[in-house]
This record gives sequence, structure tokens and C-alpha cells, in this order.
Amino acid sequence: MPTNALTEASASGQAPQPQPGSEPRHGSPGPVGGGFLDPRMLWKSLPDALRKLDPRTMAKNPVMFVVEIGSVLTTWQAIAHPSVFAWVITVWLWLTVVFANLAEAVAEGRGKAQAATLRKAKTTTVARRIASWSPGQAGPESEVAGTDLQLGDHVVVEAGQIIPGDGDVVEGVASVDESAITGESAPVIRESGGDRSAVTGGTKVLSDRIVVKITSKPGETFIDRMITLVEGANRQKTPNEMALNVLLASLTVVFLLAVVTLQPMATWAGAAQTLVVMVALLVALIPTTIGALLSAIGIAGMDRLVQRNVLAMSGRAVEAAGDINTLLLDKTGTITLGNRQAGEFVPVTGVESGVLADAAQLSSLADETPEGRSIVVLAKTAYGLRERHSGELSGAEFVPFTAQTRMSGVNLQDGHEVRKGAGSAVMRWVRDNGGHPTDEVGALVDGISAAGGTPLVVAEKTPDGVARTLGVIHLKDVVKEGIRERFAELRSMGIKTVMITGDNPLTAKAIAAEAGVDDFLAEATPEDKMALIKKEQEGGKLVAMTGDGTNDAPALAQADVGVAMNTGTSAAKEAGNMVDLDSNPTKLIEIVEIGKQLLITRGALTTFSIANDVAKYFAIIPAMFAVVYPGLHVLNIMGLHSPKSAITSAIIFNALIIIGLIPLALRGVRYRPSSASALLRRNLLIYGAGGLALPFAGIKLIDLIVQFIPGLK
Amino acid sequence: MSDTWAGVLQVVALVLLLAVSYRPLGDYMAHLLTTRKHLRAEKALYKTMGADPEADQTWGVYLRSVLAISAVGVLLLYGLLRVQHHLMMALGMPKMQADLAYNTAASFVTNTNWQNYYGENTLGYVAQATGLAVQNFVSASVGIAVVATLIRGFTRSKTDRLGNFWVDLTRIIVRLMLPLSIVFAIVLMAGGVVQSLGDHMTVVHTINGDQRLYTGATASQEVIKELGTNGGGIFDGNSSHPFENPNGFTNLIEIYLLLVIAFALPRTFGKMVGSHKQGYTIVSVMAVIWLGSLAFATFAETHHHGVNLVTGHAGLEGKESRFGIPASALFMTSTTLTSTGAVNSTHDSYTPFGGGAAMFNMMLGEIAPGGTGSGLYGMLILAVVTVFIAGLMVGRTPEYLGKKIRPTEMKYAALYILTTPAIVLVFAGIAMALPGETARMTNSGPHGFSEVLYAFTSMGNNNGSAFAGLGGDTTWWNTAGALAMMFGRFLPMVWVLALAGSLARQKPVPESSGTLKTASPLFAGMLLGTVLLVVGLTYFPALSLGPLAEGLH
Repeated sequence: MPTNALTEASASGQAPQPQPGSEPRHGSPGPVGGGFLDPRMLWKSLPDALRKLDPRTMAKNPVMFVVEIGSVLTTWQAIAHPSVFAWVITVWLWLTVVFANLAEAVAEGRGKAQAATLRKAKTTTVARRIASWSPGQAGPESEVAGTDLQLGDHVVVEAGQIIPGDGDVVEGVASVDESAITGESAPVIRESGGDRSAVTGGTKVLSDRIVVKITSKPGETFIDRMITLVEGANRQKTPNEMALNVLLASLTVVFLLAVVTLQPMATWAGAAQTLVVMVALLVALIPTTIGALLSAIGIAGMDRLVQRNVLAMSGRAVEAAGDINTLLLDKTGTITLGNRQAGEFVPVTGVESGVLADAAQLSSLADETPEGRSIVVLAKTAYGLRERHSGELSGAEFVPFTAQTRMSGVNLQDGHEVRKGAGSAVMRWVRDNGGHPTDEVGALVDGISAAGGTPLVVAEKTPDGVARTLGVIHLKDVVKEGIRERFAELRSMGIKTVMITGDNPLTAKAIAAEAGVDDFLAEATPEDKMALIKKEQEGGKLVAMTGDGTNDAPALAQADVGVAMNTGTSAAKEAGNMVDLDSNPTKLIEIVEIGKQLLITRGALTTFSIANDVAKYFAIIPAMFAVVYPGLHVLNIMGLHSPKSAITSAIIFNALIIIGLIPLALRGVRYRPSSASALLRRNLLIYGAGGLALPFAGIKLIDLIVQFIPGLK
Repeated sequence: MSDTWAGVLQVVALVLLLAVSYRPLGDYMAHLLTTRKHLRAEKALYKTMGADPEADQTWGVYLRSVLAISAVGVLLLYGLLRVQHHLMMALGMPKMQADLAYNTAASFVTNTNWQNYYGENTLGYVAQATGLAVQNFVSASVGIAVVATLIRGFTRSKTDRLGNFWVDLTRIIVRLMLPLSIVFAIVLMAGGVVQSLGDHMTVVHTINGDQRLYTGATASQEVIKELGTNGGGIFDGNSSHPFENPNGFTNLIEIYLLLVIAFALPRTFGKMVGSHKQGYTIVSVMAVIWLGSLAFATFAETHHHGVNLVTGHAGLEGKESRFGIPASALFMTSTTLTSTGAVNSTHDSYTPFGGGAAMFNMMLGEIAPGGTGSGLYGMLILAVVTVFIAGLMVGRTPEYLGKKIRPTEMKYAALYILTTPAIVLVFAGIAMALPGETARMTNSGPHGFSEVLYAFTSMGNNNGSAFAGLGGDTTWWNTAGALAMMFGRFLPMVWVLALAGSLARQKPVPESSGTLKTASPLFAGMLLGTVLLVVGLTYFPALSLGPLAEGLH
């Protein structure tokens, strides 16, 4: 398992955890997890939390701003008319504000730690700029600072040097250490032309020499963008967050009016309340819980993606991921394993299948490709042929595969020869050796091709010198284990999966059926993909896709969520709104789940926050008015000790619940893919019914303690 | 037959009548709001008005049309009341005072029908029939037009055109209100409601000598008073007066009339959005609130504190003995849960919890089933808020009927749920802070406060019923009341139409299994919970100083 720079960076604040990003987690679609909360993190974030008390910062969060104003008012009252009660309320109101800021500071703290690690990678480099470079010829070299590079400059980088800026390789091949960005320690190959030409500033060339054309302006490199993103410096509120803010602000105004207009009514009844009590009532009623945690939830959502090595260019994209209706998934690597495997040995008439299997195994003993290994494995599992070791066949000569012969095989000491390879090449070999392949072989080959498989023809030449074809090996695409269940879950979430493949329609259909995708796009060209995305969007659907090549760029830009692979071209990375540093296309499914989890967390805590108010009323209203209207004692169903202890308990509960829910806000609520109704029923039960019941118990418990404070009797 | 059994049978009969009319009336309203065909009479009317019936309006133009006809309505009615002594059949009534005329004009144009005057001692026949009755028709129809526009916001896509106000209004009056009113006016007359354009009727040989009795065109006005959820009676006694509501039969018909349109509109909604289940979900929430509130009020009225009060039939105080407690509670619940405000008993005399229920009913925002049109749009706005919270909990951007609830939509929905509580609480708070105005209460203690809270709850929510103890005919009360009624009527309409405009511009989102099902018992339960929680939390402190303080021992 590779080390992961990004997660390591935040490890100071969290316990080690598995790295879900580095391996496709097929077969185990567990709940989307998150980091843990270390109490030390709270302590470390305290200075930041206090700095956020600045009214200019607080004003961005209307709910907590009201609490801060209330705290100032009660402080003034507590100084003017000191009493234990006034001071206890004042202290806890300030704590409420600080706790809210703490939630945000802790969430931001993780990002800051990650940004610090990234900054280390952004050391000042000296670039070797080439004047007027064109293929085959280069002008004179000059040394400039990496930050002075302009768009379109050409630089040369050699083994041991740091690449000074983002760009595309235009000449040469090199192995590059990208661990500074991806956390993956194994070097990757970057070469001119094709889809693996992009290099990132701050990464290190390990071997060879490349010429890079700079594609980013100074200060706008990939690393710069990553730093800004993980720090959340210019975090924009997402649409759902804004809508929720509107709702919370209006509830705050309603409760503000309810409390302000209560005073003349209470005065008339002979129960005028002190300013401290009125502020306490207001703070207890306005939705402080969700107001305090809202921005932490959003920051933590982005953070969860970063922990999975996905960089979202905006929170909007993360939220859109939760709304996705259609997922376009590349077949290879996402739905099927990257390599084909032997599925069947098909002998020609007159040859026993055991003979074919034996020959196939012989010819593959020295073939270390996954396909070759799978032939040996199939021979063993289907025909019980023990794997022969090279030593058993003394004097055997292995014929390696070459692009010219398109065959591989073995020549045994006794003159027995076996070949396997592409149909035309093997048949030519048979004819050259005096054999007469029948039409049957051609039919078998065509049949396998039509079914989406890759046929490998096997032939032998006996020691007496006559060659004959034995049969065909059927190499199949292997659908990943567990992916079918994953798609079924997606379907229950209302998400349609479309498999994108270059295969012919017949093959595509067979694999689509086996994998359980809803639809497929065969012989897909970039234009087809684009048309499919537009068609889906026309019907109001949101589409997500992954891509890496330059020709994917338009589709990535058109898709609502476009995840570019880090191994891809700069054009693709520029076009998408997310980059997967692990370049693992399966991750798209996790991204969707994280988007959903983010929204669910907001909704659940909003419901919880509003439901909490019921218990607070039962604590505060009798405390305020039972003096003049003794009948209202009936409402004190919690049996709270005294009016002052009741109000204090409600306020303390209100503050502590924020601290108590910070881990949940950062981690996100538990999420398992299921239908909307099942999700709603579950969350309503936990956060709605729980939100009603919990504060009754909590306030009562706190009251049992605070009743012993002398001034609250 | 005991009162209780009569009450139960009355409820059963009412539910049956409403159930029978749900489909045909709902479908008929959907038809008249969507058909492209105009009646010949309507074409003539459009020509007279100078309106182009084929023009499709944006929400802004639609709103300006609503406001224009309402402004003209207030001015005309105000003028009429100020010069009524010059009109025919004035019965010798003097002109109305300026502040009272202003209050009355605002009251009838806003579908409130708060009456700071004694009908039979104040108004002549022309003022009644051409002033108040006309506004009874128009204000009720405007409400239906506005909700039709909101529904079009859901059904239309990628357009800024939402229909034509003049066509909607004309059709609702010509094809719905007038025919129903004519039929049921005859039914009411047959039941014994008076109808006359003659002068006072003189009854001789009473203990106090001769008595002059006002009769008036009562049946014709009674029918639209209920059908249009208006509530302003010819008589001060309103539906407790034997000329307006002589017996159990007319009582049942009147309750049926004030509920029938509002309860059938969810069908219209379901039909227009193409899913009757959506309509059933909404109507079930309305029905549960109505039946729950009815059970609570009936229980409160029949269970006084102490044996003496129960055996002494204290619950009958302020109620007509010809209706009894259950039928009075039924009328009270229905009139306060719609924006009608007609009464067949004195709400002031109810038990603290019974009167508190009346207040809470109105505080719900007149949504179960609410006023004609206004009830449904209020409920749909709360559905939008519910969808928003519930939608987040299923992990998607919330959507209702294929339209997303984005910041813009949320803004209008939030303003809607904010407006009425703000009006009610601010005006009640101001009144309580003014010693001169609190002196208008006839009771002290929590019951006195309840009178004030009730008054602004009723006016802000455009109900119009009163806790009769309050003497509201002063300049301050007339002015503040008129403002509360107009803000309470037209600000919400602004938000509703703006929301409709914003919804109509959207592209619809296809439904999938990941979409929140808004036609389901689970959603209905959540909508019910949201309604009760939001309203309960808003008004609980104020209620604790009124009905709760009075009723809890």
C-alpha cells in the first residue's frame, strides 16, 4: 500500500485509517467513512476559533451572529447588575459562539495541514528555458526562476531535477516521481504525444531527459490550485448551502420577532422578563446547532474527497455529485479488470480438449503476461493439469512474443513445437510447416470475436514434422467481483449506469448484461460520448463521467461532474471539475456517495436542530411565566429544579450539543446506498425523533448538576 | 337524539358530502383553469374590460393585475360606504365613518370580513349587495386564480408565462362561483334563510312592544359568505342569527359550503400536475388537521373543569341551543381552519382550550383546508419547505414535482412562512404596549390578552372571526387592523407568484427511485409534523400567556 502524502499530512489530527482511494474497493461498498476527531485538534484550533469572534467574520453566519450580539448584551447586563445567574448565562452564551467557531476552525485545520505539506513541494526551482524550441531543434538555454516562466515557454528537465511548472512533454520519455502530489511512491512514465504527456510542477524527474511546454501561468499551477482548495481560502457557498441559510435566517427572524414581541405581552401580564432571560430564550430557539455546524459540514465534505485523493475544483461540483442521475463508466478498469483472461479452450474436431489444454499450457509457461498466466490457471482448474516448471522441460526453448511474429510458444528437446497467437499468424505457421488448417478454425475465431472475446489459436508440430491446429483459446473480459451489486445499489439510489466501450455492440451487450449496467455505448467515439451527455442533460438529468485523454476534454467539460484522471492530459484536467490523483475510475461511485452524504448531513442536523426546540420550550416557558400564572407549572414536565436552573440547563445543553455533534459534522452521517424512502425513514427516526427526545434527557441531566450552584436556586 | 350523536352524524354527513364532491368539483375546476375555450358571455366581458384573453402573462404582470383589481376594489367599496346614505334602499342608514369604512373596505377585499360594525344597524341593501357581496365573489376568486398560477409554475417549464389573470378571474366567477351560489342560495332559502329587499319587518306584540326586524337579501349573500370563505354576515349575530342560519339543516349546508372548494382544490392540483396521488397526499394532511382539531375542540368544550360546570352545561355558554356543543365546535373548527370567520357561536365564550384551538387553527396559516385558493397555496408552500428539509435527508438537491428547490425558491417560501407570524406578533405586541388600546379589552388577565392576540391572528391570517370581547371600532384598531389584513393578504401573494415564476423558468428534473416520494404517507406525515412544529414553535410563547395560562391548572 503506497503512502499517501495528503492523508499523512493530516495524520497529526487523526488516527491512521485505511486508504480507500488507492485500491478499487470492489466487493465491499461499505459506508462512506471519514476521519476521527482528536480532542487535541479542538485545543489546537482554539486560537483560530477566538479570532473568528470578530464581528465582521461572524456576520457571514446570521444565526451565530445573533448569538454573539446576545452575548454582548448579556455581558453588559451581567456587569451592570451582577448575579450568578447572569454570569453563568453570559459565559455559556459566549461558549456557544466559541464552540461554533471551533467547529469551523477544526474543519479548516485539517485543510491547512495538507496545504502546508503541499507548500513544501512548491520549492523555488530554477528552470532551464530553451529559446525558440521546435521539434528536432532547440535554441540556446538560459536559466530563469520557475516563477518567471510564461505560458508556452519550453524548458528542459533532466534526471534528478524538479519540473518547474505544469506542462506537456513535447520531447522524450522520462520516469517521474509524483509522490509530492499523489502520495504514490512508484514512479510513473511521462512521454511526448498520447495521453500521458502531462507533467505537474513540483514533481521530480527520476531518469532521462524531457522537454516540457509550460501550460500554466505562474501562480496558477496545479499545486497552487490544490493549496487554495484544501485551505478553503475562497470557499464559495454551494446552492443548497445558500438555500439552507435562507431557511435558517428566516427561522431566526421569526423567533427574534416572537421573543421581542413577547416582552410587551409579558409586561402587561405582570411578568416582565430581564434582558438576560429574553436573550437566553432567543438563543435557545434559533437553530444554533445547524447554524454552528453548517460551514464545518461543507468544509469536511471537501476534505473527505481530498482524503480519497480527489480534488474538487468547487463545492458546487461535490454537491452536483449527489444529484447525479447518470454515470458514464469506462468499461476497462471500472467494470472489467484491465486484462482479459482465458475463459475456455475450444478444440477443433478430432482433437481432445485435454490435448489442447496441455498444448496451451506448454506454450504459456514462459508467458508472464496476465493473459498467459490465466491460461495456465485455467488449464489447472478446468483440466487438472499441474503447472510444469521450467526445469522439468530440460532443453526446452521458449519463443517469446514479438510484434512481427505475433506468436509465442515453445520448442521442446524432442522436436515437438507449440505455438499460440493471433489466428492469421498461427495459421501461416501451420501452412509453412506443411499443415492444412481447416475452415473450422476460421469459424471458431470469428465466433469468439463476435462474442466479444479475443481468440488465440493454438497449433503444434509433432516431432515427425507435420503441423496442425489444435483449437482456440477464448480470452474474455472479466467483470470485477462485486460490481454487479454496486450497480444494483446505484439503481436503488436512482442512478443509471452507462458503460462506455470501444468494443463492438455485440461484445458490449454481453459484458453489459454480465455486469448489470443499465445501458451501454459501444464503439464509442468522443463525439458519441458528448452526444449522449447532451441527450441526458436535455431531459433534465445530471451526468457524471471520468476521462483522461485530450479527446475526452469536451465531454468532461460538458458533464455536470467530470472527473479527470491525474495520469491524463492537461487538457482533460483543465476541462473536468475534479481530478482523481489515484487515476482510479471506480472512484466516481464514491464521489457520488460523498456528495449525497454531505447533503444528508445538512438535512439531518437541520431536522435535529429544529426538533430540539420543543424540549427547550418546556424548560424555559414555565420558568418565565409560572410565577404569574401558576398553572403553567404543568408544562415543567421535566421537573426542573428552579426557573434559573431550568434556563441555565437549556442554554448549557444548547452549547454542549454543538461540541457533541462536531465529530458527526466532520465525519458525515452514516450513509448506505438505498432508496429515498428508506433513507428518509431512517434519518427521520434518528434525527427527527431523536432530536425531539434527546434534549429532554440532556436538559434534565444538566439541571440535576447545576441546581447545586448556589445562585441558581 | 343526544347532542353528541347529532354532532357525530353531522360530521359523518359532512365528510360524505365533501368526499362525494371532491372528484367532480376538483376536476371541473381543473378543466375551467386549463381549457382553451371561452364562453360567449366571457368573450363579451373580455371585450368590455379591454383584456386580450389569449395573452399569457408573466408573474409580474399577473401580480400587478391582482393588486390593481384589489386596489380598485378597496377604493370603490370605501366610496360606496361613505355615500351609502344617498343610495337607494339605504333604510335610512347614515354614511360610515372614514376609518371604519377604510377598515371594512380592506376587510372585504382581503377575503377577511372582519366587521367592526353591526351589520343590521349600519348597512343599506345597495352597499351590501353591490359593495360587500361583489368583493365576496372577487376576493374568493382571486385566491383560486393565484393558486392556479402556482400550480402552473410546477407544470410549465422553461417559460416565464403563467396564464392570464383576467381570464382566470372571469372563469372562476362565471363558471364556478355564480352557478354554485345560485343553486345553494335556493337550497338555503328552502331551508328557511330569509331573502327580501323590503324594508324592516315589524313584529308586534312582543314584551317590549313592537319590534322592527331587518331581513335583507340574506340567502343570496349567505351563500357566497360561506362558499367564498368570506365570513361577513348581514347580521351581527352572523350564522348564529336565526335569519342567517335557522336550523340544523342550514347549519350543515353552510359548513359544507365553506369547506367544499378548499377541500376539492387538491384534486384540481393533482389533476393539473398529472398525479392524483399528489392531491390525495395534500388533502389527507388537511383532513387530518381538521378532524384532529375538531376532536380536540369538541373534547375541550364538553370537559369543563369541575363537575358543577359540566352538569350545569357551562359548555353551552355562547352557543345556540338549537345547534348544541358538537355542531358549534364543528362550525368553529371549520370556520377558523378556512379563512371564513363566520360564526354560529361566540368564540370568546369557549373554554380556554377551545378558544385556544380556534386561535391555533388560524395560526396554522389557514391551510387545512384554508381559504379558497389561499389554503392550497399556503399548504403547497409548507410542502416546499418540507421537501427542502426532507430532500436534503435523502441526499439530493430537494425537488418537488420535478422542480428544484434552489436558493431563489427557498427565499420566497421562507418569506411566505415569515410574513404572517411577523404581522400577527408585531401588531399584537404593539397593541399590548399601548395602554389606550389594551383598555379596549373587556376581560382582564390571560383572557383579555387572548382577545387582542385573537384579533390580530384573525386579521393577519384573513380569517375575520373575533373574540367578541374586544371593542375594535376605534381609529387605532381600524387602521392597524386594515394594515394587518392587507399585508396578510397581499405580501404572501407576492411571494407565491414570484415562486411560481421562478419554478416555471426551470427545466423539469426526471423522477427516479432516488427522488423523494411526495405522494406517500411518509411525506404526508412529515408535512403534518412540519406544519405543527413550525407554527407551534412560533406562537408557543404568546399562547402560553393566553389560552395556556388560562386553561392550565
